[in-house]
Amino acid sequence: MSGAPILELEHAAVRIGGRTIWSDLSMSMREGEFVALLGANGAGKSTLLRAVLGATTLAAGEIAVLGGPPGRAGAGIGYLPQRRSFSAGTRLRGVDIVRLGLDGDRWGLPLPFGFGRAAERGRADRARVAEVIELVGASVYAERAIGELSGGEQQRLLIAQALVRRPRLLLLDEPLDSLDLPNQAAVAALVARVCHSEGVAALLVAHDVNPLLPYLDRVVYLAAGHAVEGPVAEVVTSETLTNLYGVPIEVLRASDGRLVVVGQPDPPAHHHDRHEHASGEHAHEHAHAG
Amino acid sequence: MPAEAGPQLTWDVAHDVSELFEYHFMINALLAGGVVALLAGAVGWLMVLRGEAFAGHTLSMMAFPGAAAAALAGVPGAWGYFVFCGAGAGAIAGVSGAGRRSWGEQSAAIGSVQALALAVGFLFVNLYGGVLGDLESLLFGDLLGVSDGQVLVLALVTAVTLLALMALARPLLFASVDPDVAAARGVPVRRLGFAFLLLLALAVGATSQITGVLLVFALLVAPAASAQALTARPLASLALTVLLALLIVWLGLGIAYFSVYPAGFFIATIAFAIYVLARSIAWLRG
Repeated sequence: MSGAPILELEHAAVRIGGRTIWSDLSMSMREGEFVALLGANGAGKSTLLRAVLGATTLAAGEIAVLGGPPGRAGAGIGYLPQRRSFSAGTRLRGVDIVRLGLDGDRWGLPLPFGFGRAAERGRADRARVAEVIELVGASVYAERAIGELSGGEQQRLLIAQALVRRPRLLLLDEPLDSLDLPNQAAVAALVARVCHSEGVAALLVAHDVNPLLPYLDRVVYLAAGHAVEGPVAEVVTSETLTNLYGVPIEVLRASDGRLVVVGQPDPPAHHHDRHEHASGEHAHEHAHAG
Repeated sequence: MPAEAGPQLTWDVAHDVSELFEYHFMINALLAGGVVALLAGAVGWLMVLRGEAFAGHTLSMMAFPGAAAAALAGVPGAWGYFVFCGAGAGAIAGVSGAGRRSWGEQSAAIGSVQALALAVGFLFVNLYGGVLGDLESLLFGDLLGVSDGQVLVLALVTAVTLLALMALARPLLFASVDPDVAAARGVPVRRLGFAFLLLLALAVGATSQITGVLLVFALLVAPAASAQALTARPLASLALTVLLALLIVWLGLGIAYFSVYPAGFFIATIAFAIYVLARSIAWLRG
């Protein structure tokens, strides 16, 4: 797929507290591309997102986000942080959560009525919120309290929230975490559809590549401080993954042509101890081996 | 004070209501009660949404050492209320705001602040020597003894608080329900949290002078919790919160006028009844 470069890294490295998280990472993303960022816990996947957001500076190499330095992209980036879901007691509707993504950082109250440009802007904002909720297929339940919705329904609304300001780059930090398998596939399909129909580039962090494989354009693997990047067909092979992880990994082709990766060192698990992420993921991470 | 003459409830509702407005103290009570309902309703709505009811309760308790300290120092009680509520907001932000703690850790930290506040208040009462004459009105309020000056101060504080809330409304709401994304958008989540605690302290300080330490919390929490149980629409539940708060205060005052029992009892009881009713309706709806 061709298009304008959205994200480019060349020989990039990040060091935190004297430890090299990863080095010699080169990758590029173009408009409409769906890229998965894979690797075990502690491999530095969230660190890469933070570097793209401008929250972590590189120790070496170059990075360009939407053609400029990171941290300047503003509404050009839609970011969905890693998180637990909304608690059952959150008494705001899904549509309100999406609306906050649009103008929640503006001071003052939105006037429910107004004249001229104010009224026009209010109508346009409501229309944009409805449009993006329709895009992710959440219209049926967007009027319900977000805390009452299932994990998959909440995740769709959060993707709508990340999309509402028409970003060109979508950063999704483990959106499949804590979803069951059918919902993982559904959310992956949704992200792929949005990429291709809206021309948005999406970088999605995940543990398990399998639910994503049918939809991805490219993959980035981080392991043991190294990175491997490229199209699915080139990177997702038994040889490359075995070399990367240092343990035997098999990539099988099912009878319908689909790839299945067997023997990843970090099987998908449900995580309930992620609150320390705001201060940096490196201190406490360890493999949750089921 | 409830009139010794003993106003009689008749079947003529118009007559009964008009009798409520015959005395200046009653007009002041209804006026102050209305402003309190507006203030406590609006601030309480955000407090409940943010899950900070325990912080609100602790700030309410700050009025106790505040009033005792003012009596000890010989300054107007209002100073004590505002100074100690503000200090309480600072203490709560200090012990619970550093880093991102779990709710369990935060509530333990806030509980420690509350225990200290009560102990300090008790010490001040002891140092004061005699009986703190206003102890009963400190706890249960003196809605029927509100002066014109108190109504004015209350209206002023309410105007300032509501204007500040309106200016902060959207980022505060964003930071309250979705702090991670809000922070990524450049919303100063922690500073807004502290600003809200200060506004809560201001509201509690002004309100508890009139409703008493124990009653202010009922008005902060019950109308908001009831309204949010009934609807998830933000504007609708905010409006419903204020309406319920007005209903609770005015109905309580009206009943108390014709009764020998204190207004605070009726206000807290009606607040609780409305909350139970709202939860029942929400439960029946599934």
